[in-house]
Amino acid sequence: MNSGRETAYSGEPQERRTIAVVRASLPRRYRSERRFRFFGLLAIVLSIGFLALMFASIIAQGYTAFRQTEIRLPIFFDPEVLHADALARADYGALIRHGLDRLFPDVRGRQERRELFALISSAAVYELRDFVMRDPELIGQTLEVWLKAGADIDMAVKGHFRRELPEDERRVTDRQFAWLDRLAAEGRLEKRFNRTFFTAGDSREPEQAGIWGAVCGSFFTLAVTLILSFPIGVAAAIYLEEFARRSRFTDLIEVNINNLAAVPSIVFGLLGLAVFLNFFHMPRSAPVVGGLVLTLMTLPTIIIAARSALKSVPPSIREAALGVGASRVQTVLHHVLPLALPGMLTGTIIGMARALGESAPLLMVGMVAFIVEIPKGFTDPATVLPVQIYLWADSPERAFVERTSAAILVLLAFLLVMNGAAIWLRKKYERRW
Amino acid sequence: MFTLTRVEEAMTKGTERERTTGEEPSAGGRPERESRETVGTVTVENPRMVCRGVNVFYGDKQAIRNVSIDIGRNEVLAMIGPSGCGKSTFIRCLNRMNDTIEGCRVTGEILLDGVNIYDRKVDVVPLRAQVGMVFQKPNPFPKSVYENVAYGPRIHGLARDRTELDRIVETALRKAGLWEEVKDRLNEPGTGLSGGQQQRLCIARTIAVNPEIILMDEPCSALDPIATSVIEDLIFELRTQYSICIVTHSMQQAARVSQRTAYFHLGDLIEVGPTERIFTNPRHPLTQDYITGRFG
Repeated sequence: MNSGRETAYSGEPQERRTIAVVRASLPRRYRSERRFRFFGLLAIVLSIGFLALMFASIIAQGYTAFRQTEIRLPIFFDPEVLHADALARADYGALIRHGLDRLFPDVRGRQERRELFALISSAAVYELRDFVMRDPELIGQTLEVWLKAGADIDMAVKGHFRRELPEDERRVTDRQFAWLDRLAAEGRLEKRFNRTFFTAGDSREPEQAGIWGAVCGSFFTLAVTLILSFPIGVAAAIYLEEFARRSRFTDLIEVNINNLAAVPSIVFGLLGLAVFLNFFHMPRSAPVVGGLVLTLMTLPTIIIAARSALKSVPPSIREAALGVGASRVQTVLHHVLPLALPGMLTGTIIGMARALGESAPLLMVGMVAFIVEIPKGFTDPATVLPVQIYLWADSPERAFVERTSAAILVLLAFLLVMNGAAIWLRKKYERRW
Repeated sequence: MFTLTRVEEAMTKGTERERTTGEEPSAGGRPERESRETVGTVTVENPRMVCRGVNVFYGDKQAIRNVSIDIGRNEVLAMIGPSGCGKSTFIRCLNRMNDTIEGCRVTGEILLDGVNIYDRKVDVVPLRAQVGMVFQKPNPFPKSVYENVAYGPRIHGLARDRTELDRIVETALRKAGLWEEVKDRLNEPGTGLSGGQQQRLCIARTIAVNPEIILMDEPCSALDPIATSVIEDLIFELRTQYSICIVTHSMQQAARVSQRTAYFHLGDLIEVGPTERIFTNPRHPLTQDYITGRFG
C-alpha cells in the first residue's frame, strides 16, 4: 500500500504531479456539489409548493366571503307601521314583506310566500331599522334599498348549490331559483362588498357574522401579552446574561426556560384555568386572562431571543464602557441594550405572532364562548381570531365554510404584517461594528 | 548555540522547580509552584501604584505568580514577554477589569494612594475613572465621535453644561492628536474612522475622564506602522501628565516609548529595570534570550 503510493510519486514524477491528482478528483467533487445543490433546491421547491397549495386552497375558498349577495327592494316606509315614538320596536319585517309582495304580486300560497320571504336575510330588519332611525325623514317615502339575501340564497347565487340536484336535496327550491333569475334580469340582484364581515361580531346567521369581535378580542389579548411579556422577558434576559454569575442555579433556570419553550400550549391553558380562574377567580372568557396565559407561553421565546441578542453584542463594547468607569447598569442601559434591542424586538414580534395564532390555551380559559358583542375592554367576554376560525369551521351552515377561509386569510394577513415588521425593524436598526 | 543551551538550562530549572513543588496541593490560593525571583529593582521613588505579591488565578490555573512592581509618576512602564506570559492579565488587574471574567481571582496587594484596590470597600467605578484603559482592538462605541469622548465625562458628571462638555471633548481630542482630523465630523459615527483614528479616539475617550494612570493593552497590535508611530508619539507626550502602563509585543515599541521595562515569563515577573539597561544589558538569561530574539 505504502510502497505503491511511493512508486506513484517517485517512479513517475512527471505524470503524478499534484495538479494531475487534483484534476482527476474534480469531476467527483463537482458531482457531489451539484447533488447537494439539487437536494437543497428540491427542499425549497417542495416547501414553497406546499405553501402555495395551502394559500391557493384558502384563497379559492375564502375570497367569495368578502362579497355578499344583496337584493334591491322597493321599500315603502309606511307611517302606519313606523310610529315616530316607537321606531326601535316597529315591525320592519312587514316593510320587507310588503316590498317583496310588490315585486311578486302573484305569489299567494302560504308555503310559497314563506319561500319568497326567505330570499331576504332575517337580519335585514335590523339594517332597515338602523337606516330609518338614522334618518326618520324617510317615513312616508318609497325607496329602493339594498338588503342582504339569506345565507342559502347567497350560497346559491355564488354557485355553491347546484341546480341539477333534485329539489329535495338542496336548500334552495326551484321557485326561489326562478325568482332569483328574475331579480337578476331586473338588475335587482348583486354581489356587493361584505362590510358586515369586517364590522360585526359573531352570529348564528352566517350573513350577519363578522370577525371584528374576534379582531378586537385578539387585540386586547395581545396587548396584555405584550405589556407583560416584553418587559419581563427582557429584564429576565438582562439579569441572566449580564448580572447573574454562572452557578448551578442559573443553569437550572436556563434548562427550565428552554424546556418551557417546548411545552405544548394546552398545558399553559390548563395552568391558566387552574390558577387564574379557579384560584384568583378572574373573569372567564376575558382577554386579560387569555393575555396572561399567552404571556406564560411567550415568555420563554422572548427570553431566549433576548439572551441571544445580548450575546451577540461584542464584549469589547462592554469593556469599553466599563473601562471609562461606567457601572454595570450604565453599561447595559447605555450600550448593550440599544445594540441588542433590534434582536429583542424581532424575537418579541415573532413570539407575538405565535401568540396571535394560538387557540388551544384560550379554549381552556373560556375564550371559546359564542360572543356576539364586540369586546370593549380587557375584562369583557371575548374570543380571538384563531378560536373564531375554529368555531366557524365547526358550524354546519355552508356559508360558514367560506367565512372560515376568509377569517384565515385575515389572520394570515395580520401574521404577514407582524413578521414583515420584524424584518423591517431588524434591517432598520441593525448596526455594524 | 551557547545561548540556546542557556535557555534550555533555564527552562529545565523551571520545570524542575515545578516538579518539586507540584506534589503539594495547590488549592486555596497558594501558588502551584514557587515564583521566580525578580531580577532588578521593582521599587521606584514616590510611586503612583504599588503591587505586592500579586497572584491571579483563572479557576484552578494560576496565571500570575507573586508579582511585585511599582508604577512611578509620569513614567511609561512597558510590559513585554512572550504570548501567554500573563502581561495582559496583570495589566487588567490594575483597574479590576478582570472582575468581569468569571472564575478569575486575585490575591496580594495593589495599592493606589495607599488603598488596596481589591479591598471590599473599594468601588470599581471611581477606580476605573482614576485608572483608565485602552484596549488591544479599537473599540469605539457605535455612536458619534463626540458621544464617544463625551460619554465618560457625562456619566461621571464632570461637565456642568454643554459648553464645558464641548471644551472637555475638544481638549481630549487635541491631546489624542485627533482634533484636526475629526473636528468637522464630530457627529459622524466613531466606527467610521480608520483603525488608527479609532484607537486614538479610544485614547481620547480615556483621557476625557482625566485619569491618573492609563493602561494600554497592546494598543498598536491591530494598526499599521504609520498609525503605530502616531500613537507612539502620542504616548510619549502623554507621559508628562499621566502614568502609563503599556503591554506590547514589540520590543522596539517598548524601547521607543518606555522609561522602565518589565519582562514577564509564564506568569512570573522575571526582570524589571530602566528600559535602556534591560535592552542593552539584561541580567536574567530568559530576558536576554527574549531580547535577542531567541524565542518568544
